[in-house]
Formats: sequence, C-alpha cells, structure tokens
Amino acid sequence: MTKMNLQCPMPKLDFDTINLGHGSGGKLTNQLLDSGVFSVLKNDLLDQRHDGAILELSGKTAFTTDSFVISPVFFPGGDIGELAVNGTVNDLAMCGAIPRYLSLAFILEEGLPMTEFWDILVSIRNACAAAGVSVVTGDTKVVERGKGDKVFVNTTGVGTVHPKAEIDIRRIMPGDKIIVSGQLAAHGMAIMSVREGLEFESQIVSDTQPLNHLVKDLLDEFGNNIKLLRDPTRGGVGTALNEMARDRDLGVHLEQRALPIDPQVAGACELLGLDPLYVANEGLFLAVVSGAAAGAMVGAMQRTDTGRHARIIGEFTDQHPKKVVMTSGIGGQRIVNMLIGEQLPRIC
Amino acid sequence: MKFLTEYRDPTVAARYLEEIKKAVTRPWTIMEVCGGQTHSLVKNGILNLLPKEINMVHGPGCPVCVTPVSLIDKAIYLAEEKGVILGSFGDMLRVPGSGKSLLEAKAAGADIRILYSPLEAVKLAEQHPDREVVFFAVGFETTAPANALSVLHAEKMGLSNYSILASHVRVPPAIRAVMDDPESRIEAFLAAGHVCTIMGTGEYGPLVEEYGIPMVVTGFEPIDLLQGILMTVKQLEAGEAKLENQYTRMVRPAGNANAMDAIFQVFEITDRSWRGMGEIPASGYRVREPYAAYDATRKFMVNIAEAPENPECISGAIMKGLAKPLDCPNFGTKCKPETPLGAPMVSSEGACAAYYNFSGLLAEMDA
Repeated sequence: MTKMNLQCPMPKLDFDTINLGHGSGGKLTNQLLDSGVFSVLKNDLLDQRHDGAILELSGKTAFTTDSFVISPVFFPGGDIGELAVNGTVNDLAMCGAIPRYLSLAFILEEGLPMTEFWDILVSIRNACAAAGVSVVTGDTKVVERGKGDKVFVNTTGVGTVHPKAEIDIRRIMPGDKIIVSGQLAAHGMAIMSVREGLEFESQIVSDTQPLNHLVKDLLDEFGNNIKLLRDPTRGGVGTALNEMARDRDLGVHLEQRALPIDPQVAGACELLGLDPLYVANEGLFLAVVSGAAAGAMVGAMQRTDTGRHARIIGEFTDQHPKKVVMTSGIGGQRIVNMLIGEQLPRIC
Repeated sequence: MKFLTEYRDPTVAARYLEEIKKAVTRPWTIMEVCGGQTHSLVKNGILNLLPKEINMVHGPGCPVCVTPVSLIDKAIYLAEEKGVILGSFGDMLRVPGSGKSLLEAKAAGADIRILYSPLEAVKLAEQHPDREVVFFAVGFETTAPANALSVLHAEKMGLSNYSILASHVRVPPAIRAVMDDPESRIEAFLAAGHVCTIMGTGEYGPLVEEYGIPMVVTGFEPIDLLQGILMTVKQLEAGEAKLENQYTRMVRPAGNANAMDAIFQVFEITDRSWRGMGEIPASGYRVREPYAAYDATRKFMVNIAEAPENPECISGAIMKGLAKPLDCPNFGTKCKPETPLGAPMVSSEGACAAYYNFSGLLAEMDA
C-alpha cells in the first residue's frame, strides 16, 4: 500500500503556539478544537461533539489502548500522529479484529507550534483513512512548558473480531511455524538515526503502517490456521518470541539466515552494536500458523505490498520449553533472551 | 553486505571447523583477548562447534569491565555535584559504582547523555557554552584516537568548557599480567584485531618471544575467529611460537600512524588500576600536562577514594582466564544483567553478559 500523504493547508489562526489556555476548557479550548481537531478529523460521530460516542457494535469486540511519547515527534517515515493511529489499529488487528473506532487524547506541551500540531492532526486523518477507522471521541490537555515533550498521544480502539479468527496462544502446538510479515528493525533504527547525539546519515525510514487489511485478508483465506498474531514493537522480535515461548510453555527455534533485514538497517545495527532482534518495529507482525498452512500463507503474504518481505523464520518445538534458540548464520546455536532494560532511550 | 556476509558464510565456516578438527591432537587452552571476540564466539555459537580439545578462555579486553569503581564514582560525582553534562558510551551506564550506576544517577536527575562519539560531546560543549561538558573517555587503544582528537578539536575551537575523564587502558601490559599469574594455563592468544589496527603488531613480537607462546592477531567475524583459531592450533601442534596476522584486511604491522600521533600528542603512558585485576604497570594513558585543562580529573580536582570491589564478583579470575562465567556461584542467580555484582555482566563486551545472553542457558539445557 502506498502511504497517503494528503496535504491540507492550515487555516489562518489568532494564535501560532499552544498555550495553557488551550487546555482550560473555555473559549480558547473551543477555538483550538474548532479550528484544529474538529475541522481536520470530521465524521458524523465526532461532529456530534458529545461527551462520548455512542457506537453500534455486535458480536465479539476487541478493545485496546496505547500511549505514544516518541521523540522526536517527526521522524523519517512518519510522525507521532500516524504512529498513534497505526499502533492501536495494529493491536486490534493482532486480536483478529477489524478496527472500527478510535478515541484520541492529546497532552500538549505549552509552546508547541500550532503548525506542528496541525501537521500531526492531518497525519492522523490520513492514517485513519488508510486504516479505515474513525476518531469518534477525544480529549485535549495542555501542560506547562518543561512538563511534557511537545506532544503525547493516547489512542484507544475498538474493533469487531473477524468471524473466522481464533487467536488463542493455547492453540499453538509443536511444529507450528512462525512467519514474520516484514523486514526487522526499521522503525527503531530510523528513530536512532535522528536522535540527538546519535545522528547518522541514512535513508532508513520507519516501517509504520496499518496491518489490518493484510490481516483481514489472511483471516478470510486461512481462518483458524492462524493461531497467534503479535506485533513486536518495543523489545523487538526477540522479546515477543520469548513472551510467546514463556506463555505457551514451548520452545521456539529460530533460523538466523531466514530473518529478513534490509541491508542498510543491518549495517546501522552493526555500526551501533545493536541486535536487530531487539530493535522496535511498527509495521510488521509475527504470525504463528499451523505447519500445513504456513507455506501457502507466506506465499499469499509475499504477493501483497505490506507482506512482500514475509518469511518463515522458525517454529515451535517441545524441546527447550520457554526458551528461544537460534541457529546462527554459520550453523552454531545461541539463546535469544528477552531484552533486559532498554537497548535505547524511548523509541515509541 | 560487503565485508560482512562473506565472513559469515556457513560453508566456509564448516570447512575451517573441519580443518581445526583435523589439526587438533590434544587439549589446548587459548585466550581471546578482546571482549568483542568473546561475544562473537558465543553469539555465533562457535564455542559449541569447536572440538572439545579446544578450551577458549576469555580475556581482559572489555574496557567497561576493567574501569575502576572509583572512576565511575568520579563520573557520577561530576554529573551530580558539579552539574556537568556527562557524555558516555551507552554500555558504561549499567555498570555498578560503589553506590549506584550512571543509569541510576541519570534517573535521579543528573544530566548524563548516551553518545556514540566523543566528537558529539565536543558539539554539546559548543552548543552549551554556559555548561561544562565531560566525556567519559573509556577504552583500549581503539577508542583513544577519537578521544584524543576530541581534545585537539576542542582546543582548536577554543572551547574551555570541554574535558575528558580518561580511563584508557593498553592491551600488551594486560597480556603480561595474565601470563605472569602463576596459575595461568594459557598456551596461546588471539590478539585483538582492532587494537592492532591502530597500534600495529610491533608490541606483540617481544611478548611472543618472552613467553614462548603463539599469538595470532584476529578479527571479529565468525570466519575470522575460526581462521585465527586454526592458525593458532597449527602453531601449537607444531610446537611453534610465532606472531601471525589473520586480520590482514585491517591490520598493518606499523599500525595507523595518524591515529598514534593523535594518541601520543594528548596522552602519555601511566600505571593504571584495573577493576578485578589490580594495578598493572604502564597499562594506561593519562592526559599530558599541556592538555591538563582538558583533563576532568585535574580541572575539577576530583578526589574520590578508591572504592572496594564487590567481593562476590570473580571478574578478575574470569578476565585472567582462570575461571569462566559458569564457574561463578552467583552467575544467573544473584548476578544478572538487572542486578549485576560486577561489570562483565552488563558490558556489551563482558564475558558474563555474553554467556548470560547467548549461551549460559544452553549449557544448562545440555546438562
């Protein structure tokens, strides 16, 4: 899917930075909402401007929330707004759900240039359009300068669970394959490349993207062959696989040579001494799939844009329960542990 | 990736392993000096692929591991009490000082920044003329040129608010200390490729002669290490003791003259205390008198007492090759990366961290 990038000029406003008054709930707040949030994110439910949204949902419903504190707010390949939509959309998709509605809450730091807030709002609108979701309720608060970091965003989402989805870790059996839908570590390395004190020149861009359309198509075709979906954001693929092994009480065997990694990202990881298995991703998922369906599913994924780099990277085994063991590029074996502490400062 | 994938080729690796197996007729104890090599051996699963006769022991080449406790205390003191911006390489942050680590000091409000290059610290000094910026200049001969250059650069820019807290160490005296230990059973060395890229190989010939041990300057990729081990084993089996260079794509016998010029313009050789190993003569660099204004220790008159090391940590024995991480009763129980007793458990070049993260549990699985 090509990224939507609909430009939208900011209207002329009486103010050019956010101040504490914009969070007071009074006239200034209304000005900010009228000329900002409501004018950009128009839809029938939001336009009612009620205290909350009244939704029509039926059947199994997935529900999730996520907060975004990324620094810098604008980074190669995306920004905090797009990330906040995709993050929650993807968490819903990992439940086997079709994402429907989002709430959107901002904590703005006094002094934030209105142009930046506007760009974030437009980015949120574009990301919602790409994912097929609507922001139906929200909140805006302003904190004193120095008490925030430009802007923090929280999104909460609800979605309707796909009728064929049976996402349940307890269904994983030895022999089930692990598929990764894209190349590892792009998001974390894109953030690293622009972080103060660490900057390096590269064309690495974040992989942030909505995964729900691909997931829906896969559930349509492969149904309950898909046993678990997980988007390995913070902590990376290595940590996500460890959590799965621990929670299912089975072992995971990984093939290092099968891990898809962009050469430029691999080079940056080498240079900085980081293991791509622990670097954050924002636009890929891990799928645990019955052995019989894995080949067909990875083929189907590779025919899509979102899943073009998909690979089978390993499988579950009844050997070494709760441990992730990787066969290295030269055929040796190593443990892949859970990430301990932080590999980097805040990256999502 | 050019210069990487070809040194990780499984077919070539299998061929070297086969040759090593053919060459070995009896047990040998070989020390890889550099922590980067230790990590590569463990992370690529090479230790488990080698024939049982080859006992790789892990050397002192982990700069973070050998940085004295008191120096970490000094760094924390500068950041907390003197209000400086302290720049540091990332893996220094989790290393325990006598009271706390830099990471804990950072969480408590000290202005400590993770940097990848000392030149970034000079840039910070330029951007914050009202603040003092100190770079925690840790490392072997490999990082010394960049740290020296940062001083020369700051001088050229006329910056008076930049200085370094230098904790530089040198490899050859450490090899001597390891060999002089009466308990040492080391029969050959893989010398550290990157250190020799800077310094050349001139300092190693005399060590080979004095101790009568084979030494092979070796790189860090799996194929480098396997080739280095093969060259070492061939010498051992033939009863030879020579200095050889496996890492010819990087290491010239004369080293890098520009880098050495920078080092010796700013630094001079001095005795230094190593965490876990004690005082080693002529084993470090200190800032020369003409650059005293860039030496944080002199500039801030830091006077922090030598702090005792945690008696439960056996890092000294590990770095001298007398013990391995799994020999430590606290490994993986009391001492973990989250709660380290010593530096080797948290440094990215520490042997204990390598075992804990990549292989310690493998051994448990085999048992």
